[in-house]
Amino acid sequence: MGDNLQLNSEGKLKHFLTIEGLDKNLLTEILDTAESFAGMSEQQVKKVPLLRGKTIVNLFFENSTRTRTTFELAATRLSADVLSMNIATSATSKGESLLDTIRNLESMFVDMFVVRHNISGAAHFIAQHTAPHISVINAGDGQHAHPTQAMLDMFTIRQIKQDFSNLRVAIIGDILHSRVARSQILALNTLGAAEVRVIAPKTLLPAHVETLGVTVSHNLKEGLKDIDVIIMLRLQKERMTSALLPSESEYFKCFGLTEDKLKIARPDAIVMHPGPINRGVEIDSKVADGPQSVILKQVSNGIAVRMAVMSMAMQRQGALS
Amino acid sequence: MSRIQISQGRIIDPANKIDHVGSVYIADGKIVSVLSEPDGFRPDRTIDASDRIICPGFIDLSTRLREPGQSRKATFASETRAAASAGITAMCLQPDTVPVIDTPAVAELVKDIAEKAGYAQIYPIAALSQKLEGTELSNMLSLMQAGCIAVGNANQPVRNLLILRRAMEYAASHDLLLMFRPNDYWLGNNGCAHEGVFATRYGLPSIPEAAETIAVAQCLELAELTGCRVHFGQLSGKRSVIRIHQAKKYGLDVSADVAMHQLHLTENDIAPFDSAYHVLPPLRTEEDKEYLRQGLAGGTINSICSDHQPHDIDAKLGAFPETEPGMSTLETLLPLMLSLVAQRAITLTQGIAALTEKPAQILRLRSGALTPGFSADVCVFDPELTWQVNQDNWQSQGVNTPFWGQTLKGRVTHTLQGGRIIHELEQGAGHVPGHGLRA
Repeated sequence: MGDNLQLNSEGKLKHFLTIEGLDKNLLTEILDTAESFAGMSEQQVKKVPLLRGKTIVNLFFENSTRTRTTFELAATRLSADVLSMNIATSATSKGESLLDTIRNLESMFVDMFVVRHNISGAAHFIAQHTAPHISVINAGDGQHAHPTQAMLDMFTIRQIKQDFSNLRVAIIGDILHSRVARSQILALNTLGAAEVRVIAPKTLLPAHVETLGVTVSHNLKEGLKDIDVIIMLRLQKERMTSALLPSESEYFKCFGLTEDKLKIARPDAIVMHPGPINRGVEIDSKVADGPQSVILKQVSNGIAVRMAVMSMAMQRQGALS
Repeated sequence: MSRIQISQGRIIDPANKIDHVGSVYIADGKIVSVLSEPDGFRPDRTIDASDRIICPGFIDLSTRLREPGQSRKATFASETRAAASAGITAMCLQPDTVPVIDTPAVAELVKDIAEKAGYAQIYPIAALSQKLEGTELSNMLSLMQAGCIAVGNANQPVRNLLILRRAMEYAASHDLLLMFRPNDYWLGNNGCAHEGVFATRYGLPSIPEAAETIAVAQCLELAELTGCRVHFGQLSGKRSVIRIHQAKKYGLDVSADVAMHQLHLTENDIAPFDSAYHVLPPLRTEEDKEYLRQGLAGGTINSICSDHQPHDIDAKLGAFPETEPGMSTLETLLPLMLSLVAQRAITLTQGIAALTEKPAQILRLRSGALTPGFSADVCVFDPELTWQVNQDNWQSQGVNTPFWGQTLKGRVTHTLQGGRIIHELEQGAGHVPGHGLRA
C-alpha cells in the first residue's frame, strides 16, 4: 500500500490494514507496546482506562471465535465500549451494500471498526470511505492480510527467540489461500529474519510466490532442515473438494507435522499455529500439545498485541493523554 | 444535403495509401474527392483543418453501451455522443445486453435506439448461442438479416468444444464472422486479476494467461476444422500473439484485436485495490504488453478496440474482487493511440489503420477509408492539443477510467458521420485544459 493510507501525516498509525508499507521501527513499536500490556492479564484488575468513552464496533462479515473474542477482550481491557456484530447473518444478507452498512454504523458515533471480511481488500475499502475520525483495524480480509495475527506471532517469536536476524522460519501448508501467511511473510522480512521458507505442494502456493521474499520447498523433510520457527497453517476441508489435494490422509503423510519430522528442525525449534488446528491433518496431537508447541501462548499474546494496535491507532487522534 | 470541404489538413488514409496535406470534399453524405478539387465544387461549409489530421472515422470492434437493460449505467445517447467526440463513427456492440441479442427483435430494437441517438453507426454482434448460455445455437442467419454484423460469445463460455465446433460450422456455412473472446471459464476460476506478482501479493483470485491462450489454441484448431472466419477479440497475453502469428503464417483466415488499455497498462500500474483497474481480461505483465505492441506493429494483431464498458459509480464502489470489471475508454482511445506513436511502438499510419482500415476489412465494410463514393465518415483531430480527463471534458456516463485527472495529448475537433457533423469542438476552448471543452 504505497499511498500509506494507514499512517497519518506524522507517520503515526491511523488504520492497521496490512504490514505492507510499515517499517521496522513501527512494527517494533507495536511489539514494545504489546509488551507493556502483556503483564496485565495476570493482575487482579485487568483494565486500563486508555480508551474510556470510546466506542469500538467489531464488524465480522465472516465467522470467527478466537479473533473476535480476543479483540473484544482487548477493547474491554482498554475500557472501551464494544459492540460485536455478525454481519454474515445480518444486513448484507438483506442486500445492503458494504458501504451502506458502514455509513449506518458511522452515524452511531463509533470511533473504531474492527473488520473481518471474506473478500480481499474489504478493510482497505472501508478505511478509504469511512469518516476521517474513525480508525479501521483489519481482522482478516479474504486472502489478503491478517496483520494482528502476524504481529502476535512476531510477539511470540520475539518472546522466545529475542532476535529475528538469525532466524530461519518455515511456513507450512496452504499459502495460496492464507492471509495469515502473507502478513507473516511481510512482517518477518521487515523485522529482518534470515530466511522465510514456504513448504507446500504446488497446488497450495500462489504464482511467483518467491516474489514475496521467500524460498520454496515442496518437501517437508528437506524443508525443515535448520529451521528455528515452524508455522503450521490450517487446511480447510474445501481444498479437497476443489481438487487441490487428494485427501487429508495423503496431505498428513506428506506435510503433516509429526514428532519424527519435528526432529529434522533445530532442536530448540518452536511450533506455531494460528488456529483453529486440525489434529491429524496438518499437525499430530503429540506435536500440538508437546513441549515445543507455543500455540496457546499465541492465543494469550493475541490480547496484548490487539490492545497495542488499538491504543496506538487511537493515540493519533489525541484521544489518549 | 450539404457540401462540406475539410481543407488544408494532413490527410492520412491508410487504405488508399494517402499521407498528404490537402482537402477532403464531401457532398450528399459521401466522399466526393480527396486532394483534388472537383470541378465547380462550392462548399456550404468549410472546415479549416490546418495543423490537424484528417482521417477516416474510427471503427470500434468492441463496446458495451448498456442499452437495452442497464440504462442506469449509460445510454446510447450518452455513449454514442461520447464516441462522436472521440472520432468514432461506427461501433460494434457486444451481445451481452439485457436481454441478450439473440433474436431479430432485440437486434432491431438495438438498431432503432441507435438510430434515434443519431451519432455513431451501431453494429450489433449477434449472440453465438441462445441467451449466450453456450448450449443451443442462436438463429444466426435471421440475426444477420436483422442487421447484426457477426456472431460472438461476449465474455461467456461455450459449454463444450462440440457445441463450439457446431456453432462455427453453422457460421461458416453462411460465411459469418465469429468474434471470439477467448477465455477458458474453468481456468479463469472466477478470478479478477492476472495470476502474477500483484495478485499473489494482495491475495486476489487470479486468472492465468493460459485461460486465454488455451481457448485461442482450441479455437484455432476448430477454425481449421470448420473453415469458419474467426476474429479474436481483446487479447491480453504474449502466447496468444505467438499462436495467432503462427496460425496466420500457416494460412488460416483469422484476425485479432487488442483493447487500447492493454497496450498501456500492466499489473504493475494497479494501485492496490483500486477498482478502476479491474478489467477482464486482466492487466498482465510488461512482457505481455511488449508482445501485444509488437504483435500490433508486425500485423499479427490487426486492430485496436476500446473495449468500452461504462459503469455507474456503485458498480465500482466495493472491495476490488466484488466490483464489476471494465473501463470507460472511448474518449481515451485517440490520445492513447498517439501515445503509442510518441513511444515509437507503432507509426501514426499504423495507428490510424488499426482504428479504420483494419476493422473495416475484418467486418467487410465499405468504410474505414476516404474512398470517393464511401459514406463520409471522417475524423479531424489536433494531435498536439492537450486536455485533462475531468468532468468538464468527459461525455461518457461512465467515469470509470484509471486516467481520470490525467492530462492527455490529442483531441478530436470534428467528427462527420454520413456527411453530417456529429461533433465539433468549441473553437479555441481546447487550448486551456479543463475549461469549456464540451462539444
